[in-house]
Amino acid sequence: MDGSLVNADIELSVSALDQLMPMHLWVSADGLIVSAGPTLAKLFPQTNMRAHRLLDLFEIRRPGGVLDISDLAAHAGQRLYLGLRGCALPPLRGIALLPANGQGFLLNLSFGIGVVEAVRHHQLTDADFAPTDLAVELLYLVEAKSAVMDELRNLNLRLQGAKVAAEVQALTDTLTGLRNRRALDHDLSSLLQQIRPFSLMHIDLDYFKAVNDTLGHAAGDHVLREVAKVLSAETRDGDTVARVGGDEFVIVLPALADTAKLDQIALRIIARLSVPMEFDGKVCQIAASIGMTLSTHYARPDAEQMLSDADQALYASKRAGRAQATLFSTELGAQ
Amino acid sequence: MHGLINRSLQCFLRDTYGPQAWGTISRDAGLGFDSFEAMLAYDATLTEDVIRAAMRHLDRPRETMLEDLGTYLVSHPNVEALRRLLRFGGVTFVDFLHSLEDLPGRGRMAVPDLDLPNLTLVGDGDDQFRLSCSNSVNGIGFVMLGLLRAMADDYGTLVLLEHQGFSNQAEMISIQILEESFAVGRRFDLAARLG
Repeated sequence: MDGSLVNADIELSVSALDQLMPMHLWVSADGLIVSAGPTLAKLFPQTNMRAHRLLDLFEIRRPGGVLDISDLAAHAGQRLYLGLRGCALPPLRGIALLPANGQGFLLNLSFGIGVVEAVRHHQLTDADFAPTDLAVELLYLVEAKSAVMDELRNLNLRLQGAKVAAEVQALTDTLTGLRNRRALDHDLSSLLQQIRPFSLMHIDLDYFKAVNDTLGHAAGDHVLREVAKVLSAETRDGDTVARVGGDEFVIVLPALADTAKLDQIALRIIARLSVPMEFDGKVCQIAASIGMTLSTHYARPDAEQMLSDADQALYASKRAGRAQATLFSTELGAQ
Repeated sequence: MHGLINRSLQCFLRDTYGPQAWGTISRDAGLGFDSFEAMLAYDATLTEDVIRAAMRHLDRPRETMLEDLGTYLVSHPNVEALRRLLRFGGVTFVDFLHSLEDLPGRGRMAVPDLDLPNLTLVGDGDDQFRLSCSNSVNGIGFVMLGLLRAMADDYGTLVLLEHQGFSNQAEMISIQILEESFAVGRRFDLAARLG
C-alpha cells in the first residue's frame, strides 16, 4: 500500500504526501481509499479510512450529480465541496486530480470556511496544518477580530448609555423632572405622525408670581415641584406632562377624545392645586387656570394651532375668574 | 497613540496598583477623563504624560515599571486575549521570536491604525539572538523585555534576557536560550476561546 505516485516529472512517497498535503486522499479508480493524510484521518477517529470507499465517508455536495466514483473523473481539476457523512460541520473543499499513471484519484482538501469549528471539534493543533496553510492565520484573525469586536461592543454600550442619559437630560426640565418644551414638541409631532387622537391641556398657575415675590424663589421652586407631583399623579403613564415656561405647563393625553373625561381631569387638577401648600412654615396659595383642545376638532390637526387654541381657551378661563377649565371651540376662536 | 496601548497601560496600573492609584495618576497626568477607550485614538503625548505621572506617584524608575507592564501584558488574566494572540506566532519560543518581526503587520490585520513597535530579530548562533525594538515610547525595549520573559515562561523555555541600551535609535535586547523545554509551558488550544 505504501507505494509511490509517479508522474513524468516527480515522484513522491506517501509520507511525503502526508507532509505536503496532510489532508490528501488517494482513491483507487474503483473508489477505495488507498491512503489519507494524517489531519484528514483525525476527522474519522473511530474509522480506518483505508477500509472504506470515498463515497461511503463523503458526499460530494458540489458539483452535483457525483453519485458514483466514475462520475468524479469528469470533474477533475474543478473545485469540489465534500460533506462528511453523518457530520454537520461545513463541507470540506478541495480538488481531485487524475495522476498520469492511472492510479485513481488524488484529492487535496481543506476545511475552507469551517476551519474554526473543525479545529475546535477535532482538537487540531498547529502541527496538523501544512506550513503553507493559512489556517492558523485565519484562526488568529478570527480571534483578534472577536477581541476587537468585544471592545467595540463595549464602547458602543457605553456610548449608548451616555447618549440615553444625555437625551433624557436634554428632554427634562431640571427643576421639576417633568418633560421640557423640546420633549413636548417631540411627543406632539410623533402623535401627529401616528394620526392618533389626543387632547391637549395648557395650564397656567394663578398667583404664582405673588408666592415668588413675597416668599422668595425657594418657595416658588417648592411650589413648582409640588405642582409637578400633582400633575404627574393626575395623569396616566403614557401622558406627556411638560413645563413649558416659568409657571406654565402642557399636558398631552393620547387616546383621550372624550370631553367629559377631559373636563373631569382638569377639574381634579384645579381642585388639588387650590389646596394651600406649606413651605418653611409658610402657606403658599396658588390656583390654576386651564385651556383645553382635542385633536378630533381639526380636519388636519397641527401642533402650533392646537397649542395656540389651548392658550386662547386658557385666557378665556382667566377672564372668567381663574381656577377654571375651558374647552376650545370655534365660537371661542371667533372672539 | 492608539487607545489600545493607552488602555493597556491603564489596565496595568489599575490591576497592579489599584483603582485609587490609577485615579491619582490619571488626574496628575491631566487626562481630563477617567478611562481610555480602547478603540479611539489619543494624542501621542498623553501616553508619556501617564508614564511620567505613574513614575512620580509610584516612585518607580521607568525601566522597571515598563518591564512590569510587559510581563503584565502576557501573564495577567485580564489580558488573556493578548497572550493568546501572541501564542499564534509559533509552536516554540524560538518560532515565536521569529514571528515578532510580523507583529506590527499582525496587529494591523486586526486593527488597521494600530502602531506596534518595529521589531527586528538577528540570530547570533543557534541559541543567541538580538532583538531591536523601536517605537515612539521611550523604553519600549523594557516593555518587550518583560513581555519576552513572560512569554518564555508561557512556553516553558529558560532564557537569559538583557536590555543592552540604544543602538541606532532602537533599543537592543539580547536573548540567550538556555533550555528550550525547561518546564511544561502553559497549554495553548488553537480554538479555545471561540464559540
